[in-house]
Amino acid sequence: MTGRKHISALLIHGAIILYVVFLLFPLLWVVATSFKPTAEIYSGELTILPDDGTLDHYRSVINGQQVLRSMGNSFIVGVVSTVLVILLAVPSAYAMVRYTSVINNAILGWILVSQIFPVILVMIPLYVMLRHMGLTDTLTGLTLVYVVWSLPFVLWMMHGYVKSIPLELEEAAVIDGASRIQVIFQVLMPLLLPAIGASALFSFISAWNEFFFALVLMKSPALATLQVELARYTGMEGQARTGPLAAASVIATIPSVLLFILMRKWFTTGLVSGALKG
Amino acid sequence: MKGMSTKRAHSLYSRKELGQFQLLLPVVLLISVFSAYPLLRGIYLGFTDYRLGDPIVFNGIENYLQLFEDEFFWESFRIGMLWTFVVTALQVGLGLGLALLLNTKVRFASFYTILILLPWATPPIIRGILWRQMYEPNSGAVNIMLLNAGFIDAPVNWLSSFEYVIPSVIIAGVWGEISKAAIFLLAGLQTISHDLYEAGTIDGAGAWQRFRHITLPVLKPVLAAIISLTFMWNFNTFGIIWVLTQGGPGGMTRLPMLAAYEEGFRYGYIGYAAAIGNVMIIILSVMLFFYIRVQLKERTER
Repeated sequence: MTGRKHISALLIHGAIILYVVFLLFPLLWVVATSFKPTAEIYSGELTILPDDGTLDHYRSVINGQQVLRSMGNSFIVGVVSTVLVILLAVPSAYAMVRYTSVINNAILGWILVSQIFPVILVMIPLYVMLRHMGLTDTLTGLTLVYVVWSLPFVLWMMHGYVKSIPLELEEAAVIDGASRIQVIFQVLMPLLLPAIGASALFSFISAWNEFFFALVLMKSPALATLQVELARYTGMEGQARTGPLAAASVIATIPSVLLFILMRKWFTTGLVSGALKG
Repeated sequence: MKGMSTKRAHSLYSRKELGQFQLLLPVVLLISVFSAYPLLRGIYLGFTDYRLGDPIVFNGIENYLQLFEDEFFWESFRIGMLWTFVVTALQVGLGLGLALLLNTKVRFASFYTILILLPWATPPIIRGILWRQMYEPNSGAVNIMLLNAGFIDAPVNWLSSFEYVIPSVIIAGVWGEISKAAIFLLAGLQTISHDLYEAGTIDGAGAWQRFRHITLPVLKPVLAAIISLTFMWNFNTFGIIWVLTQGGPGGMTRLPMLAAYEEGFRYGYIGYAAAIGNVMIIILSVMLFFYIRVQLKERTER
């Protein structure tokens, strides 16, 4: 009996390891490439640990300025849009939880719809609108788009968190004479800090990773975001730049990977139970 | 007495509603102006011959008549459907396998979970770059492995070969989202009580019977949700293909989003691009309807 149990455990581990190899190999390969001298990249050997590791590709990314500048753009757009999204989402989520009305259903319905409609349909008129407002090819315009883009999901996350806060806490503050805005910012905000942290990370990463809107809106190379800049290197000039591109990809992936590891609990439980049970 | 209390409740209610409206106003305004209006406007533009800079002229169903005869469009939708069905099936199928494995309470399960999260954490553009480097004819791991193993005699250019490009992009596309499906399904599996399995085992049910009669019925709503969501996400794919092939070679991987992007933003046929978007909406709505129906059924059954 125990022998059979051991064998089945072994088989299960074996199968999981097969998955892990498939899922991690491309990442490992690019990390390895980023540390290999160019000659070794083209040596035709399947090496994961470079024979003669080098930081040259990382140096050339950092000295090349363009990637660094695009990272700066992505960072600014990500931070500003995140702050705005949080400031908008907290009071709104509060309003949706504490008062019930038709608007709630309209907003929740919109959250669902916004997750799936073809972005091209929104992008076309949005592009025309932003062009009239002189906001295409500006970081302001892109920030605005990202605020609207991540707002529904953050609102929905926040909605779930506000729901879990007992009403009694607020009532005590109201009896002490606090106004509604005070209740939101002095009572609710501190209690919501973990939720705000999670939503902020989510919103920052969705801006950091976003590609389509940035591709359409940003035309000047100086204003390109990181994803647009990196996608550009895969065009004509891609071949010669395998090493630096690998290094830049590794750098670009780090924020997102950190987020997933930090929020692993949330991704593996909160998101799912919330998403599927409504 | 009774009338009085309802009256009071009513006035309280409307005051509250006003307060709610004030709090929601900025969000409602932003969403209406920059998201809902553009969506409706986009649908309308699909019935015009709008080109950037020109006046907007309503032209009824002319775009759709043109689409009907446009073989590039048909080709793009054929590829789009193939991509969507195959990638969704593989993502959900492989994801379910992984979720079942992780749910056996093996040791190191949480360590494995961190590892499998990594592809999901990789931005779509970077996924494209990773796989381009994997498929690179001279330096890519795929060719090196196959050459060393003797499966091929000369390097293959996977992403520009008519024969191999579709399976190649499908593998890259499946890779990035297996983890997401697995994590969603694992959470669903964890709601199933262990006692049920034990009871099943005592009754002499084998692994397959337990899966068929215990796991599957409980997992059905989660499975339906993940299938429809994955389907909709895959149908809207853009970034990874843009990086891998830009739709090539010869338009073989030109998914509908790429087709719409090119028509609208490369050639400036805004109306025509919006019409492609409208056709996409019809297909997405079918899936959305399916999703909502399953969700509602779930909720009323509880």
